[in-house]
Amino acid sequence: MTMWTWLHKFASPPHAYRLLGTLAPWFGWPALGLILLAAWWGLVKAPADYQQGDAFRILYVHAPSAWMSMFTYVVMAVAAGIGLVWRIKLAHAAAAAAAPIGASFTFLALATGSIWGKPMWGTWWVWDARLTSELILLFLYLGYMALRASFDDPQRADRASAVLAIVGVINVPIIHYSVEWWTTLHQPASVTKLDKPSIDIAMLIPLFIMIAGFQLYFGWAICRRLRGEILRRERNASWLKEAR
Amino acid sequence: MQRAATFSAARLVFRRDLMLAWRRWDEVTQPLIFYVVVTTLFPLATTPDLSELQKISGGVVWVAALLSSLLALESLFRSDVEDGTMEQWVLSGQPLGWLLLAKVASHWVLTGLPLVVMSPIVGTALGLPFDAWGTLMLSLLLGTATLSVLGGIGAALTVGVRRGSVLLSLLVLPLAMPLLIFGSRAVTMVMDGDSPSGPLQLLAAIFFLTLSLGPLAMAAAIRISVES
Repeated sequence: MTMWTWLHKFASPPHAYRLLGTLAPWFGWPALGLILLAAWWGLVKAPADYQQGDAFRILYVHAPSAWMSMFTYVVMAVAAGIGLVWRIKLAHAAAAAAAPIGASFTFLALATGSIWGKPMWGTWWVWDARLTSELILLFLYLGYMALRASFDDPQRADRASAVLAIVGVINVPIIHYSVEWWTTLHQPASVTKLDKPSIDIAMLIPLFIMIAGFQLYFGWAICRRLRGEILRRERNASWLKEAR
Repeated sequence: MQRAATFSAARLVFRRDLMLAWRRWDEVTQPLIFYVVVTTLFPLATTPDLSELQKISGGVVWVAALLSSLLALESLFRSDVEDGTMEQWVLSGQPLGWLLLAKVASHWVLTGLPLVVMSPIVGTALGLPFDAWGTLMLSLLLGTATLSVLGGIGAALTVGVRRGSVLLSLLVLPLAMPLLIFGSRAVTMVMDGDSPSGPLQLLAAIFFLTLSLGPLAMAAAIRISVES
């Protein structure tokens, strides 16, 4: 019961707007610190790979963005589901705010993957399983944003795109495994093996710091974007005059 | 009692749609013609050599089938939403998912099934061997049925939208990519002399998953389109 009153208080636009404004720097500065630390650690301190030399260092941007691209899609779908079930407008706004962030991470993962592919495979693009499923994920993001943009009525846009996000999130694993099965050129995932990671721990530590930094950056970005989204939706509300 | 009423309502929807299509025959034939035209493009763009074409024939037939069933999907719910029929269905108290599923089923009979029947002819023109006919038809049978439900979700979401057809393709094609992968792989496998049961079973699994969850999503999408 108390959770519901708390939730409704939080979900009211003026309160959320203020809270997000206070929260943003608590995400932003640690994110900046961790990303700089991980960049220095990964680019300078970590040992070079015995096969790939220094080229592997793009991993420190590629892998976290690939991870974040999927993480953001799940966040978006969960927010959309909450918005659809409990009719919380703020959750819909959060899904709307998350989509471009996720699309940017997906694009970053594709771009760094293709730059990495040039010295490793000799071409800019290889139809490898994980790059292809990232590409399809980008299409899903673009479709979601296109559907949202095509409605004039924001409430209808919210609910229709929420259905699409949920259908999409059920399909993401199917797409992922079908593409995996379609071709397996890529090296198998080497970080998620919990028992004994096949990349050296000295290379792994900066990767995890970078992932933590990216997560915090996502927190900062969603706070900022959600504030913008609230402003856009509540532009005629009277509480805006007192808010800052 | 309630269930009997639901089934008879669904059956009525199914029969009504078949009858409507019977009276506007060109809407059924146009996607079929499109299907043949698209498959003609590939030899023109690549090579007239049948032994070369044979390698890609399964994929070409699948891509053409995917595109032409998308083309047919655009008008699936439009007229019913525009003339208020859909509103009556939403208000009728019957489970909307069942009614929409009946509608999608009749749509599949009119657009999916003819593609499946035509596919051996189109495939043979591309050098597809006789042994692969059965696999091609079975994979398309499962694939077009799944696509009808997936596309039904897309059509329900985009029913009131400007330039809905481009948006529909943008939404549905990424979701249909696993079907394309498994379907064309099954055909390629049988041409290489392997058993295609793996990809066919995966296609069937996706079909049943879509069949069970798809109507719920379709009903939710239609409610959003009709209520606001």
